[in-house]
Amino acid sequence: MKIGVVVSEGPYTHEAADTAYNFVRAALAAGHEVPRVFFYHDGVNVATRLSVPPQDERHIQNNWTALAKEHSIDLVVCIAAAQRRGILDKNEAERQGKDTDNIAEGFRISGLGQLIEMGIQTDRLVMFGD
Amino acid sequence: MSDVKKFLYVNRKAPYGTIYALESLEVVLIGAAFDQDVSLAFLDDGVFQLTRGQETDEIGVKNFSPTFRALGDYDVTKLYVERESLEERGLTEDDLQEITYEDEDDDWAEKPSIRVVSRAEMTDIMAQQDVILSF
Amino acid sequence: MSTLHTVNKSPFTNRSLESCLNHCKDGDAVLMIEDGVYGGLAGTALAEMVAARAGAVKLYVLAPDAHARGLGEDRLLDGVSPVGYDGFVDLVTTHDRTQAWL
Repeated sequence: MKIGVVVSEGPYTHEAADTAYNFVRAALAAGHEVPRVFFYHDGVNVATRLSVPPQDERHIQNNWTALAKEHSIDLVVCIAAAQRRGILDKNEAERQGKDTDNIAEGFRISGLGQLIEMGIQTDRLVMFGD
Repeated sequence: MSDVKKFLYVNRKAPYGTIYALESLEVVLIGAAFDQDVSLAFLDDGVFQLTRGQETDEIGVKNFSPTFRALGDYDVTKLYVERESLEERGLTEDDLQEITYEDEDDDWAEKPSIRVVSRAEMTDIMAQQDVILSF
Repeated sequence: MSTLHTVNKSPFTNRSLESCLNHCKDGDAVLMIEDGVYGGLAGTALAEMVAARAGAVKLYVLAPDAHARGLGEDRLLDGVSPVGYDGFVDLVTTHDRTQAWL
């Protein structure tokens, strides 16, 4: 079955990104497909590559990047939500005159249409947030 | 198209205290371009999103409540509001903005988009959906 | 046709669980995750409200979240079943839709 996932709360403050990660791993292990995970609201903050948690803590962004690479998951960050919260890719940083981008490997910034499209193209949609 | 799905946007949070109401509306506006069967549900504190007379100048935040009145232009015409949620909060339908759409199948007659429904009806509406997005 | 509902809030600070239970149809399932697992406890002031829907609605807690909070299965209400992440996935696929009570 194709399962779409939405993460709508940021890392560390809320458990949402952790629960979503554990859920996606279990879904893949059970033989389901997770073609895309969509990050919205403060969920876009999962995508920053500048996060440096203590060594003995999980690295939420690294975990998502690795999982996406291994299973070809499309990690999409909502552009409108990302711009509000300062999550930028290279193109957007240049366009906005910022001195750096901060999006992590494996994530891409795109529009809300990707969320609707995921709802249309998957068999189930599961949301994690606050 | 055979792949038209029933999408329900569930709004259960009040405006301004958190961004969920505004960013929900942004999804609805973008989603309207996909020609799906769209409904919005307002229950619990979500009913506060639709109240009249929102004035946000003093908190320095954009007042997005007028956007609800534009939804008809996007063919978003089903706004279900739960009666019990209104009553629990001391509200009646008169406290809500008037939101209308022009019905192209009825000689563009102006009709109300807000439909106040009972909790039981809301339960049925939720159970008829393909995709439920919660905000 | 049935729905899997997820609730991630403690029912002692937030009414999401109550609202969820009020909008469940018989045959639906409710999975309590994250701080939502406190809604599955026996002997609380809210246990009666939850137990009233047990049976008509299948009730689950996400066991890893319960364990993280020091809640053993002996603390759960009768009729509340623990599931792992694999069980969570099965609940998603065996119900027609998932509704998150965020």
